[in-house]
This record gives sequence, C-alpha cells and structure tokens, in this order.
Amino acid sequence: MAITREEVLHVARLARLSLPEAEADRLRVQLSAILDYVKQLDRLDTRDVVPTSHAVETGTPFRDDVVQPFGDKEAILANAPDRHNDFFRVPRIIED
Amino acid sequence: MAFEAVIGLEVHAQLSTRSKIFCACSAAFGASPNENTCPVCTGMPGVLPVLNRRAVEYTIRTAIATSSTVQRRSVFARKNYFYPDLPKAYQISQYELPIALGGHIDIETGNGPKRIGITRIHMEEDAGKLVHEGEFAGAQASLADLNRCSVPLMEIVSEPDMRTPEEGGAYLRRLHDILVYLGVCDGNMEEGSFRCDANVSVRPAGQESFGTKAELKNMNSFRNVEKALEYEIRRQIERIEDGGKVVQETRLWDANAGVTVAMRRKEEAHDYRYFPDPDLLPLIVDESWVEELRKTIPELPAEKIARLERQYGIPRYDAGILAADRALADFFEASAAIYGGNPKTTANECVHWKDAVFSGALSPETIAHAVEDRERGTISATASKKLVELVLSTGKPFRTLRDEQGLTQVSDASALDVIVEKILAASPKEVESYRGGKVGLLSFFVGQVMRESRGKANPKVVQEVLKRKLG
Amino acid sequence: MANVPVHEWTLLEAARKVREKEISSRELTGALLSRIESLDPKVHAYITVLPEAAMAQAAACDGEQAKGTVRGPLHGVPVGLKDIFCTRGVRTTCGSGILGNFEPPYDACVTGKVLAAGAVLLGKHNMDEFAMGSSTETSRFGPTRNPWDLSRIPGGSSGGTAAAVAAAMCFAGVGTDTGGSIRQPASLCGVVGVKPTYGRVSRYGMIAFASSLDQAGPIARTVADAAALLGWIAGYDRRDSTCVDTPVPDYLAAVQRPVKGLRVGLPKEYYEGDGLSREVRAAVEKALKALTDQGAAVVEVSLPHTSFALSTYYLIAPAEASSNLARYDGVRYGYRAGGATGLIEMMSRTRAEGFGEEVKRRIMIGTYALSAGYYDAFYGKAQKVRTLIRADFARAFEAADVLLTPTAPTPAFRLGEKTGDPLTMYLSDIYTIPCNLAGIPGISVPCGLSGSGLPIGAQLLSNHFREETLFTAAGAIERVLPWPRVAPLEG
Repeated sequence: MAITREEVLHVARLARLSLPEAEADRLRVQLSAILDYVKQLDRLDTRDVVPTSHAVETGTPFRDDVVQPFGDKEAILANAPDRHNDFFRVPRIIED
Repeated sequence: MAFEAVIGLEVHAQLSTRSKIFCACSAAFGASPNENTCPVCTGMPGVLPVLNRRAVEYTIRTAIATSSTVQRRSVFARKNYFYPDLPKAYQISQYELPIALGGHIDIETGNGPKRIGITRIHMEEDAGKLVHEGEFAGAQASLADLNRCSVPLMEIVSEPDMRTPEEGGAYLRRLHDILVYLGVCDGNMEEGSFRCDANVSVRPAGQESFGTKAELKNMNSFRNVEKALEYEIRRQIERIEDGGKVVQETRLWDANAGVTVAMRRKEEAHDYRYFPDPDLLPLIVDESWVEELRKTIPELPAEKIARLERQYGIPRYDAGILAADRALADFFEASAAIYGGNPKTTANECVHWKDAVFSGALSPETIAHAVEDRERGTISATASKKLVELVLSTGKPFRTLRDEQGLTQVSDASALDVIVEKILAASPKEVESYRGGKVGLLSFFVGQVMRESRGKANPKVVQEVLKRKLG
Repeated sequence: MANVPVHEWTLLEAARKVREKEISSRELTGALLSRIESLDPKVHAYITVLPEAAMAQAAACDGEQAKGTVRGPLHGVPVGLKDIFCTRGVRTTCGSGILGNFEPPYDACVTGKVLAAGAVLLGKHNMDEFAMGSSTETSRFGPTRNPWDLSRIPGGSSGGTAAAVAAAMCFAGVGTDTGGSIRQPASLCGVVGVKPTYGRVSRYGMIAFASSLDQAGPIARTVADAAALLGWIAGYDRRDSTCVDTPVPDYLAAVQRPVKGLRVGLPKEYYEGDGLSREVRAAVEKALKALTDQGAAVVEVSLPHTSFALSTYYLIAPAEASSNLARYDGVRYGYRAGGATGLIEMMSRTRAEGFGEEVKRRIMIGTYALSAGYYDAFYGKAQKVRTLIRADFARAFEAADVLLTPTAPTPAFRLGEKTGDPLTMYLSDIYTIPCNLAGIPGISVPCGLSGSGLPIGAQLLSNHFREETLFTAAGAIERVLPWPRVAPLEG
C-alpha cells in the first residue's frame, strides 16, 4: 500500500513535524513498507469482533470532588522555555 | 417564496464542581495566572487523569432532568489538535459513546408549548486561555494561562427542532434555568459558564430536507443568540433569493456591528483523530446510581410554574418570573407561608425586592410582615417601602422599625373623629358645597385630614368617616 | 560466599547485609559508584549518574539506622531506574533531546515506592528514545553496549537497565515494557526481567509511550530479587485509573514453590517459522527439560493469531504514541527550537529537532492510522485483532498454567546491524509483543549461552495477575540451570 508524498506531508503537518524535502521521500518509502506489512490484518474477518481498547477492562475509578492545590506554581513554570511573569509565552499565532 | 429556519443549539455548561474534572486543582474562576495548575492539567510527562465523581453525578442529574437516557457504558476519547492553550495537545471528551442520549425539554412559544429534542449530553474538559501580548513594545507573542485547563464541561446538543430565534431563546433560557435549578452550573454567561453555539439553516417552507447549515459562535447572552439567529436567517434567505448558495462554515457573531462574519478558514481541515483514551477506562453507570440521583432532582421550572399558578392562584406570568430563579420562588413560598393574604401582592413584593432576596439581605418574614401590615391597613404603601429599605440599611426587624419610626397608620375610626370634626369645622364653605353636590371635594377633606394627622391616618378609614359625617 | 565481591551480591543479600549492619549503605553505594565510574564509559548504561545525591542518601540511611529506624526492605541498597520514571528535581529525559533539560516537580509512583522501600538512587538508565526501539540505539544520548560483548546491543528499550544490572552497576533496576522492552533486553543481557499484568504497577509519572500497553517491572539478577522488587513496586495507586485494586501476593514465597503438576504450554506458533535461531531453540528446550525434570507436565497449545500480533502492535502503539507525544510542543517545558517567527513553525521545528528518527517515524504512522478515512482500516481493525489475540491466550490458559517460549529469536545482534531497516528491527519483539496486547504478565529468565557466549532467555507467560506462577516456574529453571549472574566484564 503506497502512501503518496502529499500524504506524508499532510500527516507531518497534522503531527507538527517540519520535514525537509529529502526526509519526506525517505519516510514515504519506509512508511509504505510498514503499511504494506500491517495490511496483512485485512486477511482476518473481524466483522463481529468487539474492539479492545484496554487490556484489563473494569469501570473507571473516581476521585472525590476535593480541592488539593499542587501549591507550587513556580515548579510548574520553572521548566518553561519562555515565560512572561506567570504566563507561558509562545510566538504569535500565524494562521497560514 | 416562504422560508423556514432550522435551528439546533449546542450548549457548553461549566459544571459547578469544586475541583477540576481530571485533577484536584480548584475549578474556581478568577485566580491569578497559572495559580490553579498542577502537573496533570498542564500536561507534564507521565501524569494521568482521574475522573471527578461529582462531575459525573452532575451530568447524570442533567440527563435525568432532560429526560435523556443515561448510558450504562460511555467512553472518554481524545480529540487531538495542537494549540498552546491545550497542554496535552488533546482534549479529553466523549465522542462515539457519550454518557446520555435522546432527551427533550418543553418550552413555551407563541403557539403554545413545544417539545425540543436533545440528541446527546457528554462530558469534556475545558482548555486554557490565551492572552495576546499587545502592550509589550515590539513583542509578538501570546501568553498562556492554564487555570481553566481541565475545568469540567458538559455539552448538551439539541435536535434541529427550533424554527425561530424566539424558540431558540426560549430553549436556551429553559435549559439555563434547569441547570441552575439542579445546581450543576452557575449559569453565568459573562464568565463563560454557559456558552452556546448554533447551527442554522433555511429551507423553502414545506421542504423535508435540510439546507446547508452555518455554525454560529461567540454569542454571550440570550439576547445576542436571538439577534445572531435573526441576522443569520435573514442573511441566508437573502443569499438564496439572490441566486446564491449558503456555504457550510463557522461564523462569528459581532455584537457591536450586529452581524455574523465568516471565520477565516484554517489551512488544514480539522482532523481530530479521535480515539478512546487509554488512560481512562469506560465510565460505567449502574441503574441503581441513576435511581439514587433521580431522588435528588428538585422540582424543575416547568413543574414549578404550573404548581405556583395552581396553588397560589397567581397569574402564569408572575409564576414564570418567580420560577425563573429557584431562590426567588423559594423565597416567595416562604413569605406566603408566614402570611397568606393575597399571594399576588407577595409575588409583586418578591419581584420588586429580588436583588435583596438574592443577596440574602432580606428574610421572608420582612416581606410577609410588610404585606400583612399593608393589607390590614396598619401601614401605608409608602411606609412599607420605606420600612423595607430601613430593614436593609439597619438590619433591624421590620416591625421594630415600624414602631420606632411611628409609621403605623391611624385606622381607628373613633380616634379620627376628632380630627375630622376639627377639619370640617374649619371649612364651613367647602362643607356646604359638598353637601350641595360637589362630591369631588371629598379628596380635599381627605388631604386636610391626612395633613393634620401628619400622614398617619389610614386614607381608607378617613374616607369612610368623612362620608359618614358629611352624609 | 565471603569471597564474592560486594557488587555481585544479590539485591536481597545486599539488603540483608545492610540491615544486619555487615556493611554500611555508604560502603555499598561507594562500591557501586566506583564500579559505574570504571565500567560505564564502556557500557554507557546510565544517562545520569547521581554520585553526590546517592552518597548523601546513603549517609542519611546509615544515620537513621544508627538511631534504629529503617526506611523499608531496601534500606540503603543502591538501585537504578530507567530514565522514563519521573524523579523530582532530577533530570528525566526519556532518552530524548526534547526532554534533555526536563526536571519534573514530582516523582513517579514507582520512584516513590522504590525510595519509600529505602533504596538509594544511583542514577537514571539509558533507553531507546521514548522506549521506541529494541536495541537502545535510538537514545539521543548514544547507545548502550551489551556487557557480554561490547560490540553488541543490549536489547531495548530498557537496555540501560538490563546492562547496568548485568554489569553489576546496580543491584536491580526498574524498566518498562510496551512490547518486550523489559524481557528482550533481560534476555539479551542474561538477567531476569518481569512484565507484570497490565494494571499491576502504577503508571503514574512513568512517561507514556503506548498507554494501553505500557507496564513497569523489575530487572534483576535472580528470580527472587525480581519477585521481591515487584512486590515492593506493585499495588493500587489512585492516581492511575488503569491500576487495578487487588492485593499484592507474596511473590518471593512463590519462587521456592514446586512445579510438580504445573501444566507448561508450548504455543506451537512460537516454534514455527525460520526466524528462531537453532541456539535459542536448544536453550529453551533445556529450560523445558528443567521444568519437566521437576515434575511439570507439557501440553501443546495454539495461539492462532500470533502472526498478526506484530502488525496489531505496530498500529496500536504508534497511534497511542502519536497522541501521547503531542504534548512535547515547546510551550511549557523541554526543548524549544529557536528563531521561529510563528507558533506553528516553533512547534513543528521543536518537534522535528527534538525527536529522533524512530520516534518521528512512529508518530507519522500513528497519526496516519488515526486520521480521517483511515481509522477503521488501521486503528479500528487493530483493536479488533487485539480482541482475537486476547481470546487466543484465554483459551490457551484453559489448558496450561504457564506458557514457555523464547524471549527473542536470536541472541544480541551487533550495533548498527538493524538500524537501517525498521521492519527487521521490529521483528526482534515478535515473541514478546502478544503478551502486552493481551495484558498478561511475562518473565524472561536466563536459560543458556550461545556458542559465542551470548546470553539466551526463556519467556514464561501466565494469565492475568498470575505472576506467582511465573516466579514458581522461573525459579525452577534458575535452580537447575547454573548461571554466572554477572557479565564477564572487568573495569
């Protein structure tokens, strides 16, 4: 199953990975090979099979609605590559 | 050609839990930037979500109150997209399997009651807030405050059952009142606790299939929703009549200009790559839990209006005003229980003083005493108003103030006899004219007596005594 | 045993000797730190070594013990953690450039439990970037080498932990296993590695690769050490919604239990095909003989969907990973590419520069498999096949108590041998992957050496929450097959 160059570029955009031209072609070949391989699953008839999302499926547990502040805002912000006071700062959003 | 609009509404309501939906940070509004954050809601590596039980209970209560069917098994899914206000780069939401399906609420329209279907109710987490840095010279950046990240939201999606902006407004108000009644949402539209998006299309009257719809966003009051719907319906009809076509798009309501504007299209079409969140197991809701919660559902607005009308004999309109707020209706009933009298008067008083009722400054006794003293003639309407104001400013009981201020009316006919005779004796000409047929002079005598009594005489009793003496 | 060098003691021996004051934690910790100093430049099992912090911790342990307090069963015993477990205030990289400078303000549950047991943290072990790899070659910090043959890979992704344990640069460690990342390197380094039942150990603070498959587990030099360590890190944690609230049995007690009457299943699909090397097959047969000699019964079982497991895994794991790794966007922590003019460019370049090739490849596959129009054909389909694979195991465990298979098809391969061909690399995990898809526990236990002196491991699999059966069977193999425990590597 061949994946096109355009699809590679589209997926890279979706995944927010900038992709040099040369890399796009290499990835196209590698991804096509992997997708070819996994297409073997089509040989199985799974029409009546229920999908498994969790290996061990019970109900989800709950938390009581109690506030427990983390209490260290500085620790949350300390790793920020860029900040302004107590905000995380990011480059402006350009819709292109 | 006659056109008909088709409207469906999507409401995002913030659940009034104390903590966030997947972590123990405070969900309160208005904290300083990034104050209410922790590793979980800021998407640090390796940390995991744990579901807030109360958020689930609030959603189940909403499902019950809207006659929706609570699903035994629902699934949280990840909605994947990149944005600096979304720390994990996915929003945990419910997608294919939401917690509730297939409900309805009844609204009042010009043509009588109408039932609006509810397609689904699901739970999700809110995103943070971006401040666009403008005030910093030369800076071209945005600032992220993640306090709102993971605040619990409930999305309620209606069927496309509404046909006019008024119906849309009525549905929203009713839904709003239900959520506030249930205590699951504070209903504050300015702070964004209750937000609405609309899907609108038009079609020639009588046509079965739907027209192309536009999605409207950014409407932050009931009135704005109605205005935006009105504008958008007119815009779509005009477009078709001009031979054009409606484009499927998202449009923003510009309240200042009073128009909807197409949102700039993003380069890549949305592809949210939903899949079940492996960090959360399916949400299982047993029938017994639903039944337990069913018992906690209070009387809802529609039922309350009908009951107030029936039980107190007040007009439906008044009942509607009282029932629009559960606290006001409760206050009314508490006042009416202390003094029965004419409930319509009590209702008027409650509505008149509703700000004080909401602030908790007024007790039902105050209104009950005010109404009772007026109806018994002990005080005048003016004195009643003045006394309630004094209660609010001093905090003293109504009747203590009434006695201190000497605002009690003289309603004892024998005590008024003396004043009346004095006035009549001082005005022989007017007495003669009155007796000669100028009955309009009665108000002149009433005024004189009132002045002589320094306003304390009960005007009704004064009239009676005057008529007797002059007759 | 008096002549056994300190670093070669087992975890339990070391713990007993500290407890009985035969040795101080400082001496023990110092011995291992100097071992790391002399050997790790060759092996590169550690991304971060913490000499000062470890010695300070050891001193504190000694001080407390002098006053009669003992932190827990591992009081003063030095161990290491895969650099996937968050450690408060200690750089946690997950083998990636994108987290090269990340210092978490919290401990993973596993970190907390190991520290609460009294252990001294020597450092953080090297790993394939975000646990994506089978050779530890995808680490941004350079590959780890197999202590049995430095020209070879140690396996992966917990290759640093397996190599550190095999080279006696710690008494034990904790790794993670998404498709074999504990068992395969344990096999290739000649140590014991356990992948517990999904939900047995909390994933809180363990950096996610594929959330529905990831599980933490011990790597140690003896079955008893691994059993004891699992007992200390397992258990319910309300911070992980997928953690199961069920009591933790006495795993250590299970190690000595007899295997008489135990039904050992041989899944025939694991022994078919030409990928399995003759030497590995022969070594696993010796393990089987060890079990039958002690009274275990052999049954043949079938896991008919085995050949579909790799495809299933290589859709589910990348799909989950593409979402789990989306948070590394340069906004709140970690690496950020400089000089970008807009947000999208900043994020895209941060991720392109911060992630390595294998990680990017898997993000691409996963994004594609989840994208509009392909979900049903790829991710949805894989989830359904996952159901069939689970059902295979459920049926097999009706006939057998434990399944015996090879852990890896071949002994350790050479560095660089498979890096050019992702699919061939993926095939190293062919025997370990089905276990993660089914959520069942597995163990790799040494069962022999290849002709060229490379370790070979046998894998045992049991039903959900039947780790005890694994320890019983692995203990029986270990008793019969003599084993050098420590790689023949001198500083």
